[in-house]
This record gives sequence, C-alpha cells and structure tokens, in this order.
Amino acid sequence: MIRKWFKNKDEEDLPGFWQNYSGSFEEKLPQKVSEIRFVVFDTETTGFDFEEDRILSIGAFRVQKNQIEIGDNFEVFLAQTRFNPETVKIHGIIKKEKFEKISELEALKGFLNYIQNSILVAHHAGFDVKMINKALERHGLPKLRNKVLDTAALYSKTRITSNLIDRDKTYSLDEIAEAYNIDLIERHTAAGDAYITALIFMKLLNRLSKGKDVALKNIYRF
Amino acid sequence: MTNSIAARIADFLGKYPPFSLLDETQLNLIAREVRVSYFEQGKAIFLKDEKVHDLFYIVHKGAVDLQKVLENGEPETIDKCDEGDVFGLRPLFAQENYQINAITDEESIIYAIPIGQFKPLATSNAKVGNFLIESFASNTRNPYSSEHRGKLFDDEQEISFKQEALFDLQPVAIVKKMVTVSRETSLKQAAILMSKKKVGSVIVVEDKKPVGIVTDVDFREYVGTGISSIDTPVEKVMTSPVICYSKGITLAQAQLTMMKHNINHICITKDGTPNTKVKGIVSEHDIMVSQGNNPSVLMKAINRASSTPKLNRIQSKVLYLLEGYMKNNIPVTHVSKIIFELNDATIKRTIVRCIDKMDDLAPCDFAWMSLGSQGRKEQLLHTDQDNAIVFEDVPEDKLEETRAYFLKLAKRVTKRLNIIGFEFCPAEMMARNPKYCLSLSEWKQQFTTWITSSGMDDILLCQIFFDFDITYGEVKLTNSISDHIFKTLSENKLFLNRLAVQALRNPSPLGFFRQFLVEEGGEKKDLFDIKKRGIMPLTDAARLLILEHQVKNISNTAERFEKLAQLEQNNKELYLACAYSSKVLLKFRTRQGLKYKNNGRFINLEDLSKEDKVKLKRCFKTIKEVQELIKVRFETAYHT
Repeated sequence: MIRKWFKNKDEEDLPGFWQNYSGSFEEKLPQKVSEIRFVVFDTETTGFDFEEDRILSIGAFRVQKNQIEIGDNFEVFLAQTRFNPETVKIHGIIKKEKFEKISELEALKGFLNYIQNSILVAHHAGFDVKMINKALERHGLPKLRNKVLDTAALYSKTRITSNLIDRDKTYSLDEIAEAYNIDLIERHTAAGDAYITALIFMKLLNRLSKGKDVALKNIYRF
Repeated sequence: MTNSIAARIADFLGKYPPFSLLDETQLNLIAREVRVSYFEQGKAIFLKDEKVHDLFYIVHKGAVDLQKVLENGEPETIDKCDEGDVFGLRPLFAQENYQINAITDEESIIYAIPIGQFKPLATSNAKVGNFLIESFASNTRNPYSSEHRGKLFDDEQEISFKQEALFDLQPVAIVKKMVTVSRETSLKQAAILMSKKKVGSVIVVEDKKPVGIVTDVDFREYVGTGISSIDTPVEKVMTSPVICYSKGITLAQAQLTMMKHNINHICITKDGTPNTKVKGIVSEHDIMVSQGNNPSVLMKAINRASSTPKLNRIQSKVLYLLEGYMKNNIPVTHVSKIIFELNDATIKRTIVRCIDKMDDLAPCDFAWMSLGSQGRKEQLLHTDQDNAIVFEDVPEDKLEETRAYFLKLAKRVTKRLNIIGFEFCPAEMMARNPKYCLSLSEWKQQFTTWITSSGMDDILLCQIFFDFDITYGEVKLTNSISDHIFKTLSENKLFLNRLAVQALRNPSPLGFFRQFLVEEGGEKKDLFDIKKRGIMPLTDAARLLILEHQVKNISNTAERFEKLAQLEQNNKELYLACAYSSKVLLKFRTRQGLKYKNNGRFINLEDLSKEDKVKLKRCFKTIKEVQELIKVRFETAYHT
C-alpha cells in the first residue's frame, strides 16, 4: 500500500528512463531459477568512501539458463571530476584513457535500462549496490528496486559448517576463482570482475541447487 | 558498446584451430557472438537423434565425452574433448539429427558459437573449411593430431587414446612357438635350447600336457647358486603345477594372475587346465611391449609426466582402466590396490614436481600424509583430497619460517591435485591449512588434545586423521605419530568409548520389515546413501577395533577386519564377513560412480537387480552384528 502511494505521488515527477525501469517491476519474476534473468555486475570506484568516492566504471553480464552471451554485455566508463591516485594502482583506470567516457547520469540511465527487473548479483554486493544508490541519490533518484544476491555470502554457504572452519571468514574473488579453477582474466576491471563473478555464480547456483531446477525463493533460503 | 571480455575470448579462440586460421577482425567478430555455457558433470550438451543446434562448441574448461550409441543402447566413448577442442560440427554440414552424444565428463565451461555467423567465414576461408571437413569426417576433434594416435608411448610421452584405452580387455597375443622339453631333459640342454631360440622359459610337457615350467629365474636360483648341477633333469627344479588359462584370457586377467602368483609366464592350454594340450605361452615381457595402456605403463607415464595436464590425462585413463576392471568383475581387492598405487604415484609425482619448483630446498625432513579414503587405500573414484604435512621439530625461532615453506609447498601441491581431479576438501582438511601443517611435536600435541578432550563434533572431524598413510617423505615421522597415538590411547580408554558412540551413529540400514531405509527428505529423497549407511559404519567400526588392538600401519578397512579376524579367533567369522561386506559396498559405490560420473554415493534402488539387493542386505546384517558387538564391548549405552 505504502509503496503504491509513494509511487503514484513521486513517480510522475521522475524522468522517463526511471519510470521505464520502475515499470518493469510490474511484471512478476518467473518462479523457476532456470527462467530467471540474473545480471551479474561489478563497479570500479575511486575508493571506498560512499560520500567522497565515485564510480569509475560499471561492467555487467546477463546470466540465464546457465549461459552468458558475450555480446549482450554492459560496460561503461565514467567521466571523472574527482581523482584518487591511490586506487589507480589497483584497477589501472587513469583519468584520461583510450575508453570513451560518459557522464554519471548517462551511465545510470544505461545501467537501469540494462538491468530492468533482473536479480542483481555481485561479489560483496552490498558495496556495489550502495555505490550505485549513492549515485542515483545525487541525481535525485530513488534506490535500486532489484532483488540482490551476494556471491561471497553464497560461497560461504557451500562450505561445510564445522567448528574447525572459520564460519565468518570472508572470501575474496581470487580465492573462490582458484577453488573453482577459473582463470583470472581482466582482473580489477569492472567487466573482468563481473565476468569472473558470473562464472562463479553459475557454479555456485549449481552447487547450491544440487543440479535441480529449484524455485527462486529457495535461493534466498540457502 | 565496449566489450573487453570479448577480446579475451578472442585470445582464447585464437590459440586453437580453426580459429587460429582467422584474422583478428574476424576473430573479434566471432568472439562477440560466443555464448559461455556452464554444464555440471554428466550433463548432455546434445544427444544422438536430437535435432541439430544452430551452434557448435569448443571446450574452454573441463572435458566432454563424445559417445556413439551401441546397438544395445549402451554408450561407448569414441573421443574425449579437452580444452580447445571443437565438437558438434554436424550442423555446419548437414541438417540431420546428431549422430553421437556429447556428455560432460567433468564440470565444464563450453563456448557455443552460432553457425550463422561462422558459416560465411568457413566457406570463404579454404583453410578453415578444410579443417572443419577433416575434423568432421574423421570424427575426431583435431585431425592434425591424428598422426599421434595409436602410437605406443614414445619419448614425448604422448598418451595414445581410446582405441587402446580398453586394450586391457583385449585377448592377449599368445606366443605359439614356445619351447617344450620332456621331464628328463637336463638343465644344460634346456639352457642351450632357450639360448638358441632366445626365449626366457621352457615348458616341461608329458603327453603334450604341461607339467611344469623352467624360466631364467630358475637358472639363477638353482644353477648359479650351485644347488643343482647342469646335468640335473629339469623336473627337479621346474615350477609345478603350471598356471594355465585358455586362449581367451584378457590382458588384465593375465596381468593380475601374474601379480597374484608372482610369476611372469602363463601357459595357454586348450581348455585352460593343465590337463589338455599346450597351445602357447604368455610372458610378462610380451604384454609389456604389446600394449599402450596398463597399470605398469601408466605408472611409468606418471613417473615421467612433466606437466599437470599430462597427469590429468593419465588419470582419466586410470578411470578407463577402473571401468574395464569393474566390467570384467575383477576382485575389488586387486583393483583397489592397483588404483591406489596409481593415485599414490600421481600424488607423489605432483609433490616431487612441486619440490623441484620451490626456490629453496626443504629446510628439514617432512612427510606428506594422505588421510581418509586415500589413506585407507579405498579411493577408487576421485573424491575429495584430504591431506596433511608433518615436519621435523626445528628450533622455536625457525618454526614459523619452516611452516611457511611447507604451506607454500602444500598450496602448490593441492592446487595441482585439484586440477588433476582430486577436488579440494570442503572442510579444508588439507596440508595448505596452517592447522594441518604442523611439526612433529605439534602433531603429537594435537592428537593428545583430540584424544583427551575432544567433544563429539571434534571426533567426527578428527577421526579421519586416524586413517593416515604416508605418501611421501620421512617414514620415521609418521611412525612416531602412530606410536604417540597408541601411547596416549592406552592412557585414555574413554576416547575409544566416544569413538564407539560415533561408530554407532548410523544404525543398520534395514527397516523393520527388512526394507531399505532411504533418504527421507531433501534432494536425495528416495535414494539410498551407501556411504553413510553402509561404508562409514564399517570404516568406523574397523578403525575403533584396530585402535583398541593398537595395530599400526594397516589403514584399509577390509585389511583391518582381516587382521582382527586373526586377533580375535572367537569373532573370526563376523570379522571376515565385515571384510567381505566392505569390499562389496566399495564395489557397489564404484559401479554407481562410474555409471553416473559422480562419487557414487547415492544409489537409486531401482538400479539394483534382485540379486544385488540380496547381496546388500547380507552386508547390512553384518553391519548390524558388528554394531551389536561394539555396543556390548564399549558399553556405549552409558554414554549416549
């Protein structure tokens, strides 16, 4: 009820691309995991401060029926006003580089259009989602409405629970990729990390569902 | 849109034909069209008679079996695709349905390439077209490699494939021009004859029937040592009776017979008994040179393998060997010994290679211990790797530095073992875990802690450490741990009682009406868990009883029970039944695992014949009896 009230009141004032995105949630998600469209994404940022730091690039792939279509990707680089020389060491994106840069708003527009009502998947998803939400906020837009899955959390659930294992250990992308024998290509770029995360996600989904086509709600129960 | 991953996909494709024949623009175009698909193990990418997809495939990670379907409906693997191999080309040439199955042999990532985009390139580039036509026609993945096929092991250690994989089950080539002598022939005459004919043995016949055999070895043992003079008639030294088979004997049978009797010649007679005419002879040497794939050749290949992918390939041949053995009903004891030795050699080889690659020499002596099923020599199928390192005690200030060295080594070894097919242990019971990479005194302390103060949960996890086997390194270290365990145990009888409770936690798997207890919920509903309900109770029982008797160095469950049968005469029959049951259960599991390309743990009861069910039930009756014995002996009633 409350949401509907909000929607009616505020939505009309929001830009068309947001209404388009928001409208996609009218459609119910399919029940079976095999029919669900997941969007696995990653953001590279100038740092870890949600207020100060900015998104440098976003990379994303769709995963559906255990498959990624390479051509059906999303990859943008954002024009920067702020520059943090510390993080350049990690992801190698320098202020002026060969990639074409677009404005933050254009990037968000494209991203929302790409994800629609898909379930979002990311490694340590909380961070990436919050970064996007902060950016949306800067442009007077509401938060993302998508359901989110975190591969780091899902991976922990595949580990045997025992007192000989540290249950609260957090797993890095590199550790999981090694355990699953996945090559680290284009590591520390948004597209590369999104791709690695997508491969990990497919393997995780299979391990958690034990090869069965489970219903969506079960994934959240894992 | 920018697509940096497409460029990496193009890099991968560009390494393998036919993509290596394309130019960069074409490659990038194709890469953007790729669909990256994930398949779990044992899944069909396409099946015979299925309508062709508008895609063809290249293996990125994993392996795919191409199978032809025999008339009886059984699939037979005709080729195996590894990284970079192209398959499923039919839709490029014809629109009829697929003629073969493509099934993932392990968890795989496959690139699918749409025909629509690729076909124009194939028709415009003659080299690409030719490659594809040749691949398709020869039904192999890469015609360029066909000259390597069918060869014996050569210096490059190329491992010949498939056609030879089950060579083992082919009939042995029999040497028909054997040399025969009569009982009265002197050793000197026999030796002259053997030298002249350049053979290693003569068969002593009477009435054309074999009565004995004299080989090179006998000349060394009797003549060389001066026990017999050269004028002695052969009947005085000949080995008798002669081991005979009829001419249908397979290579595998011949080899096992030789191993079992510790002989290197088998006599072939008309009906396979010593009572009929001699037809020929089979020698170990002939077998060795005539074949590409057998345990001894694989063993040599393992010990010479210079890369992890090579070891991986050899391991997949080990599985073929296992499959053949199971089909031929070769006793599980023999099979598990052979497979254990091959797995053991693979692990050893991996360790040696990793040590060579370390920057420094090992700072002190150490031992690599295999735990759990490999430690018990029961690992027929590839299951998880469980291992640990013990290193010599070093001065306090050197301890962490030394540990760091071995952790680094362990990290490398476990990673490679994972690639070879021994999956990481989900509970991290591996030598790369600092908790299981300890000095000798730390291990002793660890075992003392487990034995004196462990709770029930700890026991569950720590008990696999009581089934360890040294795989590599200094045996004094592992012996010292064993001694320590028994010393501590004798002072802490209570630990055995706790182990006993554990051993009884999975009760006999037969229900009140003697029906099978199947899993009640979850995704394994209605399947029978042979590991939990059959194998583990026996393994646990054997471990408990052997620890009670303080017997060192036997970790195999069946062997433990056989030893127990010697130690406790009054329970001999029960223990022998247990030994038998553990072999039967292992065999069931292995069959199941080979059939479904998994770890064989869950059995669908519908797969079992009436006879199999009766056999299983007999095993469970034995489990029940040995559990009763444990209950009484360790008075577990007070502890549960």
